[in-house]
Amino acid sequence: MTDAVDPFEAIKVVFFQECDELLGDLEAGLLAIEGGDTDLETVNAVFRAVHSVKGGAGAFGLEDLVRFAHVFETLLDEVRAGRKACDDTMVKTLLRASDVLSDHIAAARGQADPVDEARSAGLVAELEALTRGDVYVAPPAMDAPVMDVPVMAALPVDSPAGGEAVAAEAAEVPFEPVPMMPGLPEADEFGFRPVAFDLKALDTLPPPAVANGWRVVFRPKGRMYAHANEAGLMLRELGRLGQATVTLDASELPDLEAMSAEEGYLAWTVDIVGASESDVRDVFDFVGSDCDTTFTALADVAASAEAAPAFDIAALLARAQAEVAAPMLLEPIVSMAVAPPAPGTAPVPAAGTAPGTPGKTATAGAAPATPAAGPSVTAASAAPTIRVDLDRVDRLINVVGELVIQQAMLAQRVVESGLARSSGISVGLEDLELLTREIQDSVMAIRAQPVKSVFQRMPRLVREVAEMTGKRVRLVTAGEDTEVDKTVVERLAEPITHMLRNAIDHGLEGPDDRVAAGKPAEGTVRLAALHRSGRIVIEISDDGRGINRERVRGIAVSKGLIAEDASLSDEEVDNLIFLPGFSTADVVSDISGRGVGMDVVRRSIQALGGRITIASSPGKGSVFTLSLPLTLAVMDGMVVSAAEQTLVAPLTAIVESLLPRAADVHYVGGHDAVITFREKFVPLIDVAQVMGFRAEPVPPSTGVAVIVETEAGVRAALLFDAIQGQRQVVIKSLETNYQQVPGIAAATILGDGRVALILDVDALVTNARRKPARADLKMAS
Amino acid sequence: MTKTVLTIDDSRTMRDMLMLALVEAGYRVIQAVDGVDGLETLSAEGADVVITDINMPRLDGFGFIEGMRSDPANRSIPVLVLSTESDAAKKQRARDAGATGWIVKPFDPVKLVEAVRRVAA
Repeated sequence: MTDAVDPFEAIKVVFFQECDELLGDLEAGLLAIEGGDTDLETVNAVFRAVHSVKGGAGAFGLEDLVRFAHVFETLLDEVRAGRKACDDTMVKTLLRASDVLSDHIAAARGQADPVDEARSAGLVAELEALTRGDVYVAPPAMDAPVMDVPVMAALPVDSPAGGEAVAAEAAEVPFEPVPMMPGLPEADEFGFRPVAFDLKALDTLPPPAVANGWRVVFRPKGRMYAHANEAGLMLRELGRLGQATVTLDASELPDLEAMSAEEGYLAWTVDIVGASESDVRDVFDFVGSDCDTTFTALADVAASAEAAPAFDIAALLARAQAEVAAPMLLEPIVSMAVAPPAPGTAPVPAAGTAPGTPGKTATAGAAPATPAAGPSVTAASAAPTIRVDLDRVDRLINVVGELVIQQAMLAQRVVESGLARSSGISVGLEDLELLTREIQDSVMAIRAQPVKSVFQRMPRLVREVAEMTGKRVRLVTAGEDTEVDKTVVERLAEPITHMLRNAIDHGLEGPDDRVAAGKPAEGTVRLAALHRSGRIVIEISDDGRGINRERVRGIAVSKGLIAEDASLSDEEVDNLIFLPGFSTADVVSDISGRGVGMDVVRRSIQALGGRITIASSPGKGSVFTLSLPLTLAVMDGMVVSAAEQTLVAPLTAIVESLLPRAADVHYVGGHDAVITFREKFVPLIDVAQVMGFRAEPVPPSTGVAVIVETEAGVRAALLFDAIQGQRQVVIKSLETNYQQVPGIAAATILGDGRVALILDVDALVTNARRKPARADLKMAS
Repeated sequence: MTKTVLTIDDSRTMRDMLMLALVEAGYRVIQAVDGVDGLETLSAEGADVVITDINMPRLDGFGFIEGMRSDPANRSIPVLVLSTESDAAKKQRARDAGATGWIVKPFDPVKLVEAVRRVAA
């Protein structure tokens, strides 16, 4: 936080961040309850989430948000107290309320359109009905009387509906309204008052209204002191209000031997001139029944009234101090209000008092000076986290990337210099490599975030899509704590959203069709994340009808995407849906047909260095699998050479490498080479030739075959001239610096300073497999 | 002498806000995120005044006050309860637990500082 940032605005930013977390907790809690979690702490956590949103919103004067949160919270309080059963209807309503709460927050944040008032009001009515214990009946269209269905926003401020609460409070506790800033609303029907937070007000507090004066007689009980209220401080407060005359009644004070340290024996009569009744009562607000108090207007105090036996306070203090060892009662008296506090010791500059205000005693006018010691803050001991600018982390990552390159260069030089592997330099260099890698992992871990933040948004989406399509859907999530680089997390939201929409809209059948097919009426969509061989895998599966291959094929033919007589495997047909311009929906629906096809999803995943594959089984459902790198910054690669070029193959794709014997290589249809690998034939791809580094193939037995496996599990052998070694490389985007090249994923800088291209193994294998045999399939990969 | 206020609230927004207002008014502020953390922080660092939220995970505000008051060393430390509930029942419950006073959320920084000053010796 720099000085230039308004601290209040900074807190607002924190508030909205916190809202995101709270919404996540809220929804997670509600879903747990829906799933049968009966733990009271879960309900409490749900309540606290809404409660905290309301609390923060109130401080920022976000009225709409406060109002909605209040109604929501009120119902949750009932549930929490066990007064309302948390049945299915209740949970469903609460879930929808959490969606609307989220809308309110987004609107308050200025990130979304204003909240759909009708929806919000409808939910408020539902929540209130549930709070009252009524069965909620949707109001008849326009002419619903306001009192039957209280729509909060439309309620008059002094509505009788919530008046009771305010009245009840007023009866119990003397309540002085918070001084309002101009233009702010009065308390609403819940007695809840948004208060704008204005630090300037600390300096410009208006002087309290002045009345003729009041007499207060108060006799603290022992328990008042047990609650850490001090009579001395109360006297000091009274002294601030106006000209005060204090009379001590020590008649109850027993002998020292009989005195209990925990009892209250003293009583005071204080006459304050120039203070209002409410200000005077306010001083006793905290002590309530812990203290016997009477308030009388000075005007009513008869001149003939018997005065209590009066003592000279200073003299009594001196005596008490000298006589009494037990300090409990006496400490506060020493600092009694009648003695003005030394200037500069009051922690509050001029709060509640203004110099020169008429009717003030010297006490009340206590120094408006700022405290001698400046503001001192200790870092929050409670929070074991720090917030760091993302730029700083990224700078660090960049530097570490350079360090990795530098370290590789150094290693190379050492090898070239012909030093023995056992030499001190080589050994030290190895240690350096380990440390470098550790630093890199640690830095990457800073950027790693659980996918939870994305997954948490999905239940709502599923509910909405289910509602729109009239399907019954259950969303199951798994692996929410799986961590991946922040950038990857952020860019996952859109593809996942789209694919979930698709899964519900196209994948799942309607309840009737499902029952007819012998499935439960409620469809299940599963969203799972896991780590697999150095990548993060996201699976989106449904138990719907699966891909209708005949229809997909028909559409592809009709759109000219494939030839009519093209011979395609099931897998290839399924993959047609990723082609640009392909859309299976005959009518573009609101839900998945937003002009964005699966091709866009595929491209956005590929832009992250990821893959998307599909597995579908008719009548049983489909599984979409996204596989993404954990980080976009570094990877482990095998450095190889092909026709004088240095290339890097991602280690995650490599199964093993072998030296092909001529006898293992066979040719299919003239020039398509295959190689025997573990008693199976896998295609042999001459990378140098495919990439255009050389025109003519070389005999496979002169090179090295690296067996790779694509995300889809397809194996192939890549033929290179030689393997140079294995190392960690820093990924430099080719697209950013040049342009996209088929078969190439990115570039890197090697230890000797040369640029090497990083192979896109999947694209290479897919293209090579298809090019000769399936020239009719214009598959973009 | 700068006085130390311990603020206990599970909401970061609220903690930041209390910090802002109290630091502005010249107090030193230390923070805790729930009742358990509050008790630990109090015994480790001490405080002149405590401000605590009611609804918190692990140990709520009432539990915190009772726990703190059970230690004779903490009996004279004033505790202000911070809560949106302004109803009398909650106030009485807070008082029974040993609270010194309360601040109704959303708080006005002036009122907050006044309340702290009122109970701080």
